[in-house]
Amino acid sequence: MDYTIVIGGEAGQGLQTIGSVLARLFSRMGYHVFSHQDYMSRVRGGHNYYQLRFGDIEISSSRQKAHILVALDLATIKLHKDGLEENGIIVYDAQLIKKTFTGPEYLNVPFDKIAIETGGDRIMSNTAAVGAVLGMLRLEITLLEEIIHENLKKKGSDMIDKNILVAKAGYNYAVNACSQCGFFPQIQDKNGHMLIDTSQAIGLGAVTSGCKFYCGYPMTPATAVMNYVASKAHEHSIVVEQTEDEISSINMALGASFAGVRAMTGSSGGGFALMAEGVSFAGMAELPVVITVSQRPGPATGLPTRTEQGDLLFVLHAGHGEFPRVVFAPGNPAQGIHLTNKAFDLAEKYQIPAFIVTDQYIADAQWTYDSIDTEDLVYTDYRLRAKEGDELESAYQRYNYSEGPVSPLAVPGISKRLVVVDSDEHDKDGHMIEDADTRVKMVQKRVLQKLSLIQQEIDPPLFYGSEKPDVVVTGWGSTYGIIKDAVMSLGKTYNIAMLHFSQIYPFPLTEKFDYLKILSEARTTICVENNATGQFAYLMRGETGYKFTHNINHFDGRPFLLEGLMGEINERVR
Amino acid sequence: MNALDDYKGQEPAWCPGCGNYAILQALKGALAGLGIKPHGVTIVSGIGQAAKLPHYMKCNTFNGLHGRALPPATGIRLANHEMPVIVVSGDGDCYGEGGNHLIHAIRRNIDVTLLVHDNQIYGLTKGQASPTTTQGVITKTQPFGANASELNPISLAIGLDCSFVARGYAADTVFLKSIMKDAINHKGFALVDILQPCVTFNKLNTYKWYTERVYRLDDSYNPYDRVGAFKLAVELSDKIPTGIIYINDKPAFEERISILKEVPLVRQGFSLKNALKELDKFF
Ligand SMILES: Cc1ncc(C[n+]2csc(CCOP(=O)(O)OP(=O)(O)O)c2C)c(N)n1
Ligand SMILES: [Mg+2]
Repeated sequence: MDYTIVIGGEAGQGLQTIGSVLARLFSRMGYHVFSHQDYMSRVRGGHNYYQLRFGDIEISSSRQKAHILVALDLATIKLHKDGLEENGIIVYDAQLIKKTFTGPEYLNVPFDKIAIETGGDRIMSNTAAVGAVLGMLRLEITLLEEIIHENLKKKGSDMIDKNILVAKAGYNYAVNACSQCGFFPQIQDKNGHMLIDTSQAIGLGAVTSGCKFYCGYPMTPATAVMNYVASKAHEHSIVVEQTEDEISSINMALGASFAGVRAMTGSSGGGFALMAEGVSFAGMAELPVVITVSQRPGPATGLPTRTEQGDLLFVLHAGHGEFPRVVFAPGNPAQGIHLTNKAFDLAEKYQIPAFIVTDQYIADAQWTYDSIDTEDLVYTDYRLRAKEGDELESAYQRYNYSEGPVSPLAVPGISKRLVVVDSDEHDKDGHMIEDADTRVKMVQKRVLQKLSLIQQEIDPPLFYGSEKPDVVVTGWGSTYGIIKDAVMSLGKTYNIAMLHFSQIYPFPLTEKFDYLKILSEARTTICVENNATGQFAYLMRGETGYKFTHNINHFDGRPFLLEGLMGEINERVR
Repeated sequence: MNALDDYKGQEPAWCPGCGNYAILQALKGALAGLGIKPHGVTIVSGIGQAAKLPHYMKCNTFNGLHGRALPPATGIRLANHEMPVIVVSGDGDCYGEGGNHLIHAIRRNIDVTLLVHDNQIYGLTKGQASPTTTQGVITKTQPFGANASELNPISLAIGLDCSFVARGYAADTVFLKSIMKDAINHKGFALVDILQPCVTFNKLNTYKWYTERVYRLDDSYNPYDRVGAFKLAVELSDKIPTGIIYINDKPAFEERISILKEVPLVRQGFSLKNALKELDKFF
């Protein structure tokens, strides 16, 4: 079984609440859930929707067609009715949208009236809608009561009781009115699932990596990471500061890092552009910092609330001068946690900036898991802190390379070691220099020697599907789920496999896994990217010389959907 | 041994006669007087002639980017509020490139002491107009005279209700040292704008020019009166007051953050096991 529900309406109508309650409900019932959001850059009006897919097997993408469309306004019906599955149902409140539709695919449930008559306030009409969806699916309502309890704890028992009554009334109304509803989700006897989106996962990755300092400036779709970390700030003793601009963010994070704590910042492309000089400074001063770049379509302000993979090469090259960095692009929340942990670990271990690149689609998309494996999460404190018998201050040199390119990173103010860092080229002590000899030695230490060490840390791409494929579909970052689902479905037709890159830079070596052999032995190789120019394909060619036989590029600001991507792969293979 | 030898750093590469030498001397004296050891303090700077200062003494040093000294200073204080943090900056660095950070550092009231070597010119880049350059002054990039009116950092800071505002004069090193000590001791953000003759590029604001105008505020002056301080700051007069111009004692930023009440962030431990409990909340 595999059902898709779309909730559409204007900004401010609460469709996100309906969607997120349903997602939690299904995941707690033991279903697998995948959801994504499509919203406009406005607080009121316009057209937004929340798409949710649930079923009894793992789901990692959104489909085009919906089984249930919850229409909170007329525009939703107009825009989405052609995307309805056969036997799909559109549920709406005729009074609310001031229009009645006839036909078996329409179900009129008076959300507002139910809310007012049962709960005494039309504010509860969204609860009626959630109840109605459950009624259409003939699913139990008890877990919804539990969620209402949790959500409205602060509002008091009166509000809780009223909402439960409204939910039940919506439920009963739909059960009675929708004789044509033919959805039969099998009841799951499993325990509930974990439901998480990738922004939360990155925030969680930060908390579980010992991040102690987070600063940033609001920018969609990056703010969600900051929201999560801020919500945990007290519990886990993290200082979270909203800065005056992104230039301040990166520099403040570097200050905190210098002073001995793990620090993180993040933004979207535009805000990150302002950080570029600070990134370069992190490279020069060899200060650890983790930076999330949540992409949205550019250039400039672009499409603020939409999705694109247009900043890969920018992140790879941001900052003047030459210095090492790592760039990761998680394809799902589980990778989000693990790669954030690895970003912190490598940033601290090699004293470099480490990047996590997402986009609006994957940042907001929710996935379910039985659990996420945390065995391999690491926390190693690489800093040189105060200890008994510390030598005299004169013995310490911030950039000493006698033991290799990674110099011990002392914490200022807690021992007698003097820590001197400089954005100018400097000597072992950290003081500015201009002579060629020192410059050459420092570049060898900071750039060349470190880079070859870091390269060994990078894991190969993920390979899924046929072992000796004729067709290889390659992607990076947010397209992991959609490519995997497409390859799984097309596996019946073709000898096909997926290659997914989430550890992008330094570019993975072929020693651990020879992905180049697989590519070169395949007949058709397709690079799927949500950008116009094929930035990953360009990087692959530059790093390995390999050129994909085909590309699929979207740049409409929307995510790939399953039927569409399968169609495009078919076109390329034929 | 001279107490200041403890702070001896590299040989300065400033022009002979530069006002920066006296400022460096005053700062070493202030730290020695307060008993702050080289390893117990971090001096943060941006880029400019002034910003080279921490290399010319012995201290923990964060010599960052042009205009960006205040954000890292804030980050450092938030990570370790037991360590004094002093920012050394220039008029271009702090009032020009980093102007936005100044406004917000004042608003936060982070407990950082900001020393601005105000030579009313861009020294390092060889003599262009800075935000405090007198209107009409001719430079290579302003051959017809600087058109913008000059910034008044003192009235700006009082306008923002900065918790400590002072002005010093490099050549009055004794008084400057005592102002610096008060500024470092002050809990909260402290701005000290320091008149610094630039012997190479500023031919208007010379030692002679400053010495004729500068006077010390005496005990009859009340720095706790904001309106009085503002009046003093904006008064058009041939005289330039030095000393503490405005004080407003209020809680520092660090004190408003509850998790910093006891132990500084850098000394707080981390338990992976405890953090992993967050995963359960997603079920
Ligand atoms: C981003 C950036 N822009 C410009 C410069 C060049 N620059 C270095 S210092 C400086 C001005 C310095 O003036 P000020 O802060 O008054 O210091 P002074 O040299 O006068 O002490 C400029 C423009 C730079 N280093 N970085
Ligand atoms: Mg200057």
